[in-house]
This record gives sequence, C-alpha cells and structure tokens, in this order.
Amino acid sequence: MAAHNLKHALFCAFITLIISYPILGFDLTSRGTTVVLEGVNTTTSIGVLAAVIIVFLFQYFRDSVMGSLRQLPAINPLANREPMEQSKRLKLESILLTLMIIGALIWPFIASRGAVDLATLVLIYIMLALGLNVVVGLAGLLDLGYVAFYAVGAYTFALLSQYYGISFWFALPIGAGLAALFGLVLGFPVLRLRGDYLAIVTLGFGEIIRILLNNMTSLTGGPNGIGGIPDPTLFGMEFGRRVKEEGNTSFHETFGIAYSGEHKVIFLYLIALVLAVITAIAIRRLMRMPVGRAWEALREDEIAAKSLGLSRTAVKLSAFTIGAFFAGFAGTVFASKQGFISPESFVFLESAIILAIVVLGGMGSQMGVILAAIAVTILPELAREFSEYRMLIFGAAMVLMMVWRPQGLMPMRRIHIELKRQE
Amino acid sequence: MLVLEDVHTHYGKIEALHGVSVEVKKGEIVSLIGANGAGKTTLLMTVCGNPQATSGRVLFQGREITRDLTSNIMRSGIAIVPEGRRVFSGLTVEENLHMGGFFNTKSEIRKSQEHVYELFPRLKEREHQRAGTMSGGEQQMLAIGRALMSKPNMIILDEPSLGLAPLVIKQIFEIIGKLREEGITVFLVEQNAHQALNLADRGYVLETGRIRLHDTGKNLLANPDVQNAYLGG
Repeated sequence: MAAHNLKHALFCAFITLIISYPILGFDLTSRGTTVVLEGVNTTTSIGVLAAVIIVFLFQYFRDSVMGSLRQLPAINPLANREPMEQSKRLKLESILLTLMIIGALIWPFIASRGAVDLATLVLIYIMLALGLNVVVGLAGLLDLGYVAFYAVGAYTFALLSQYYGISFWFALPIGAGLAALFGLVLGFPVLRLRGDYLAIVTLGFGEIIRILLNNMTSLTGGPNGIGGIPDPTLFGMEFGRRVKEEGNTSFHETFGIAYSGEHKVIFLYLIALVLAVITAIAIRRLMRMPVGRAWEALREDEIAAKSLGLSRTAVKLSAFTIGAFFAGFAGTVFASKQGFISPESFVFLESAIILAIVVLGGMGSQMGVILAAIAVTILPELAREFSEYRMLIFGAAMVLMMVWRPQGLMPMRRIHIELKRQE
Repeated sequence: MLVLEDVHTHYGKIEALHGVSVEVKKGEIVSLIGANGAGKTTLLMTVCGNPQATSGRVLFQGREITRDLTSNIMRSGIAIVPEGRRVFSGLTVEENLHMGGFFNTKSEIRKSQEHVYELFPRLKEREHQRAGTMSGGEQQMLAIGRALMSKPNMIILDEPSLGLAPLVIKQIFEIIGKLREEGITVFLVEQNAHQALNLADRGYVLETGRIRLHDTGKNLLANPDVQNAYLGG
C-alpha cells in the first residue's frame, strides 16, 4: 500500500513539474532582432518547486487527509439530516422566494450603478439557464450550442432597430419567436440523435450561427458588430438626456426630476427582473403540465415513452423550441443593455458557462439553477484582482463542486401532490 | 381483433420475418413462443410500426395500421408492456401511471388509477416511491399497470417473466389471467413456454421468422415436438 502510494505520489509530482516548469520557468525575451529563451528569476523556480512538493505530500498522505476532511461536518451539512416534510419545505421555499423577489426589487435603489448593472447580467444568465434547464435538465438533450439562440434574439433586435427602427417592446416577442423558430429548425435534424452525437451537432450549430454573423458583413457588420441599439422606453418615455425619437418624451422631464444616468440602468434591471420572473413562472407551470412530464419520461426511457403513444418528434421539438424561446428573450434584453453587440459575445464559452450553471445548480431544479447563475456570474467579478486566473478559479470551483456535490447545489425534487394519508 | 397477414419485416437488407400470419380474436389469450432470435420481438415491434412491415398487412379492430405512425398506433387501443419493463425509474409509481394515461382526461385517469391499485394493491403501498427503487416483480406490475392506464382493448406483453423469481412469475401469470376476465384481449410473447401455453387459449410457435405450429394451448403443450424443443423433453 505504502509503496503504491509512494509511486503514485512521485508520478503526480513529476507530472506537476513537467507541466508547470516549461510554462512558468522560462521567459522569452527579445534582444535586438533575436528572441532568447531565458530561465526566470529564482522566486518562480522556488514556487514551482514548492508546488511539486505540495502535490507530492498531498498525494502521499491523501488517504488520511481525505479521511479527516470527510469527518468535517460542515462540508455537507445536509448529508445526515432527514429530508424536510413536504409541506414545511414548500412553505419555506415560498417564503424564500418572496424574500428574494422583494430583495431584488429594493436592490437597485440601495446599490451602486455598477452593482445594478451586474445584477442585470445575472438576471440575463438566470433566464438563459432556466431555458437551457428545460432542454438539458428536463428533456435530457445535451445542447452545447445554446448560445446560438441567445445570439438570434440579440441580433433580431439589433437588426430590426437598425433597419426598421423597431423599439424594444416590439422586438422582444419577435426576437424570442424567431429564436424559437431556430430551435424548431435545429430540432428536426437532431431528432434521431442522442447523447454525444447530439452534443456535437448542437455545438456545430452554435458555431454556424456565430460564423454566419461574423461573415455576413453587409447585413450584420461582421466583427464590427452593431451599435446604437436603442434603450427600452416606458410608455413612450425615453431615458436619455435628450429625446431621440419624435413623439417620445423624456422620463426625467415628465416627472420633473433631475436627469440621472442611473434611471436607465435601474429601468433595464427592472425589465430584466420582470422577464426573469415571467420565465421562471412559465417554466414552472410547464413542468407541472403534461408536456413537462412527457419531457421527463422521454429523458428516462425513450422506448417506454414511445410505447405509451408519445410522439418523440413532438416532445423533443417542444423542449428545443421552448428552451430557445427564452434564450431569445434573454438575447433581446442583452442587446438592449449593451447597446452594442458583436459575434464575440456569443462564443462557445458562453454555451459552456450556461451549461455549467445548469449542472452546478442541479439538473432540473429551478431554485438551484437560479442560485448557480448568481454564483457563477458574480464570482468572477469579485475575483477581478486576479483576473488572469479567473478561468482557473472557475475550473477549480467546478472540480470541487463535482467532488463534493455531484448532484448540484439544490438537486431537483419530484413535485408530487400529497394525498390524504390512509392509516 | 389483431390480424397479421403474410407479414415480412426487414432490418435493413436482412429479412427477419418471412411471411408471418397471426390472428388474435377478441377476449382471447394468445401466446407466441419461440427461441432466442426467432423474431418474437420483431413481430411485436412490427405491430407497433417500428420497424414497419415491408409487405403484408397488419389490422387492428378491422382497420389497417401497417403504415401508421407508432405514436398513433399506441393511442388506438393497443397497449404494450415492453421487454425488460422499462418503467421511468426516476419518476414515482403514481407519475408512471399518469404517464400511461397521458391522452386521457383527469377523471378517466383517476378511475383507471384506482382500478390498477385494485389489481395491484402493492402499487398503492408504493405510490410515492421512485419506480427504480422497487423490486423486479413490482416494476413488472407497474409496467402492466401503466399499460392498463390507457384503458386498452388489447394488451401486448413482451416477456413479462424475464428475470423474475418463479413465485413472482406465478403471480404475474395470475394477473394476466385476470385481465382476460375483464375482457381485455391478451397477446403474450414468452420464452417461458410452459406457463405461457398453459394459460393461453391458442398458441403460435415461431422459428427463424416463420410460424411453425399453430394450435390450442393444450394441444401444443402435448405436442412432442414442442415438448422436445421448448419444454425440456
């Protein structure tokens, strides 16, 4: 056992050395016209050495370290507790939800402008994650190109406003509807695929949309993107200092208050909040309706679902379409918030992050997904000082989560109606 | 009630059924027995339209369903208990049953649910349990119960005794007998030839994609060929 441990620990330490030293230990400096490879200062070398020793020690004493870690009660406080009574849990959940919404409503009036802006981004991610949750969490279709529908929503609004001057409120349903249509179109070719193959095709679709947007320069402006996307208006009241469109009035003049840039930010935040709440409620309802159960049945066993007369086509397409619809929603809000969009906002990494939110939150669980969306969006912002290591921290957090809570933050609980108990 | 006329079925280029004709009359229990790879499951899948017959006709209640979509066939009064049970393991017993009655109204679902619980009191006890955590026999009961939820005129069972203990198999066959008393036509596909033929009004023996023998259950049991091939001599 000990010999095996030693061998393993030596191996891990060696791997650490050959991975980290070439990357950190050398420096390319240009001297005149030539580039010279130099060893870096001693501090870095010592750091690499220290890392190797730490890896070695951890691997060598891993069994005892992990053993004592497991004994710590704080890591998984829910492990030994009985599941809460259904009615009590529901009550707690609704109280929690009410508090969250009240908190979210007060938030923009107490927080700074930057914080409100960030909160709007969080809400956009919540919408995206809730939509993807339908496709991945409920229907069990691994979709790696979800960002494409987000892009469709955003670009629909951007293009409509640029070419036809259509306002946010008209573009919102059009963007969501068009994204849903793309979901439907994508749904057809992938009907027969599942698992890995489905993932690859959706990944490809996501890239196709992005590359199309990048190359259709005459229409979308290509990599330059589209700017000057108008802000939403409130019953014809604009939030800018000066009214841009004829017939509109400005918000600060109508109410006789001093102009402040914050009004616009707060208004956008509130729109995002309302749309996120609508998304959550709509999907919650769908989950409890027959179509929601059909999604789950198809995820659990496709043959059994078919034997009951469910049409695979209809069930899969509905999941894709509804998921895409809410991505379109989020995209429209995003375009309006940024005022400028380019294909760079819709790279594969975005899909990966949204998928990570769904997995971290617990597949199928709405509360979990909302919490994970908040965590995943805010953590990188908090860690701005180490911006170079953001992805590293993100990755480490993922690994830790998967080790300790593979089922996600708040795994999905089966919704069921308690009948009166018979003794 | 169910008629197959000279049905040929292909998997790609390979013909699995070479002109099979089977008839199941209303109120009967008909057993189809055969060895591994004889085409029993293929025959059932052809009835369900997945894969569809390449030639020949399949009629259910006098209507041709040879070219119908699987989902439409399964809603027309046939229910199937698939091989290996295939209950939705993450869903509770009650939810599984509700999936079975997916296309019925709420009051119909409530009624058939009570009926299923009468047939299987065990399922009532496990109502809120996840289906995956139950024993094989209980899952088989659930699979049958789920098929009954759509109030079918005819139920097709694919190897209901697969992987179950002898005592549980006996229970399952008793229940199948009960279904006949309720007026449900039963088409039973089994490797467990003895019990399947004992219960059946009539039986078919399928061998490499062709019907070899066709007789009443009692006669087939007494038939020396059948005894040699399927009943262990």
